[in-house]
Amino acid sequence: MNLNALWEYANPKKFIETTDRVLPAFAWLAALMLVAGLVWGFFFTPDDFRQGSTVKIIYLHVPAALMAINAWLMMLVTSLVWIVRRHHVSALAARAAAPVGMVMTLIALATGAIWGQPMWGTWWAWDPRLTSFLILFLFYLGYIALWEAIENDDTAADLTSILCLVGSVFALLSRYAVNFWNQGLHQGASLSVKPGERMDMVYKLPLYVSMGGFVLLFVALVLMRTRTEIRARRMRALLARERMQA
Amino acid sequence: MVLSVSDLSVARGGIPVLEGVSLRLAPGEALVLRGPNGIGKTTMLRTVAGLQPPLSGRVEVAPESLVYAGHADGIKATLTVEENLSFWAHVFGTQEISAAVDAFDLGPLRNRPAGALSAGQKRRLGLARLLVTGRAVWVLDEPTVSLDVDAVAMFAGAVRAHLAGGGAALIATHIDLGLSEARIFDLAPYRAAPLAADDFDGAFL
Amino acid sequence: MIALLTRDMRLAMRAGGGFGLGLAFFLIVVVLVPFGVGPQSALLSTIAPGILWLGALLACLLSLDRILALDWEDGSLDLLATSPLPMEGIVSVKALAHWLTTGLPLVLAAPVLGVLLNLPTPGFGWLLASLALGTPALSVIGTFGAALTVGLKRGGLLLSLLVLPLYMPTLIFGAEVARRGAEGLALGTPLALLAGITCGTIALLPFASAAVLRVNLR
Repeated sequence: MNLNALWEYANPKKFIETTDRVLPAFAWLAALMLVAGLVWGFFFTPDDFRQGSTVKIIYLHVPAALMAINAWLMMLVTSLVWIVRRHHVSALAARAAAPVGMVMTLIALATGAIWGQPMWGTWWAWDPRLTSFLILFLFYLGYIALWEAIENDDTAADLTSILCLVGSVFALLSRYAVNFWNQGLHQGASLSVKPGERMDMVYKLPLYVSMGGFVLLFVALVLMRTRTEIRARRMRALLARERMQA
Repeated sequence: MVLSVSDLSVARGGIPVLEGVSLRLAPGEALVLRGPNGIGKTTMLRTVAGLQPPLSGRVEVAPESLVYAGHADGIKATLTVEENLSFWAHVFGTQEISAAVDAFDLGPLRNRPAGALSAGQKRRLGLARLLVTGRAVWVLDEPTVSLDVDAVAMFAGAVRAHLAGGGAALIATHIDLGLSEARIFDLAPYRAAPLAADDFDGAFL
Repeated sequence: MIALLTRDMRLAMRAGGGFGLGLAFFLIVVVLVPFGVGPQSALLSTIAPGILWLGALLACLLSLDRILALDWEDGSLDLLATSPLPMEGIVSVKALAHWLTTGLPLVLAAPVLGVLLNLPTPGFGWLLASLALGTPALSVIGTFGAALTVGLKRGGLLLSLLVLPLYMPTLIFGAEVARRGAEGLALGTPLALLAGITCGTIALLPFASAAVLRVNLR
């Protein structure tokens, strides 16, 4: 495959045209998989012998946590693309992904608290994983605030991209620092590629479906928001030009 | 040639303001930029000084030969006139500040904190900074703001001496400096044409 | 470079330069803590290392926007950017000047304030060491934040929002060293990690700060 052809989609017009066609498909597929995964997970899996029915919140918690991290990774990649190749769509996609990622982080934190209350007997504990997600939330907050604070679009794109790079390094550092600071109560990763699985297939399959649904939901939301950002940017440009000519 | 600008296009706030500007400056030459407010004189000078990248075109200047002076003088109010000047002298790797002090008649003010100077005196201090840098190409943005007639003459004298020493100057100004030898460069014909509204490519403008 | 450093130091020391404000803030924060948590000396001595680190961090944060904003307002930054000094050097010197005028006094004042909080005797040396090792990182990271927000009208609050998450690893390891020092535990690992963060930020972050500052100046 010719990778260079990929850059065509960096053209805003081409991007809008293409997403016009694929966005509905993504949206419907996301809805379908989410409904399937969640209904399956909530109503057609047996209760866990230890955790009872509370375990079923996993079908929201784990996919949201997954997307919370992957959204930041996506922002990191698109920021790098903006810095290196200066495609506006790339910077706008990073901007579009940030609030989605932040909401995913919030969902992961909230569902975690709801789950933790019956399991650990507390809504919140300064456990490394919880703390890391809280820190991730703060990074999202700062990133979005910086975008909002700067008027010039290109300046904002440059500054937020660099913040995203530096922030990624510090987020990683914080992750290890927090691990070092407190060895917590959170169970190990729910899914593992290693043999000796921790979860039964009965639980795992709907989780995969639900995760797929979250991925598609994320893609659909980011595409939608990127289109909005492109149009907003275009509108600002037109307004600025009108002011110039007046 | 100490400064050569070829086919330069510049943007302010993401909007192209000037395009296709070409000019050359030889040693001993001064060029005065003219044009109505908002045409992009400041943007152009900042681009020449290397503070912002051009949209297209090239600015060629010998390395370490340019000094820029903008609207603000960069004067620290709590430092004395002498401290302000010798700081810039050190930054630019020179030592001598008395010539600059004399050229702008700052001798009596030498030990006064810059915060106690009048607007015109501050401006003179800001211009004296040009002399201590020892740089050949002066890029000046409205250097005569808040100067009185005598001080403008003082400034013109300093520019003339600088040119006589083989220097060059690119000056954006509205008033007549009394520099008869300076060429006038009108920016009005270079105003950037707006792009077609259906041009929806890469950049959004 | 040295001229820039001496200028910044001189500006900070003269009237209106804000020298000592951070120190006074540090003192007040530490004095307020016993009013908040109660005067029991056992409790105070447990939380003393953390409070002292947090106080130093906040005092540092308070003075960050002065690093670049003043030079931005009076145009010095434009002139420095067109001077022979490399931008990376400028931001490094700015960070150093900030550390010398804010960080170092905090380090030196911390043991005195430790007395107020009943810091256990073995903790004093390690508190001093951890702060001396950690505060340069705070200045360098803070300079990055100041460079990000330099062009903004009301950047102060945003600056805190951006910088505080970046301060987290430094705070965690720094306070850990001070705490373990006070309790007489082994502290080689956090000390090494704290030193690593400081060295890493000093070596790498000025490049990011310089890039950000160039973007903000154009």
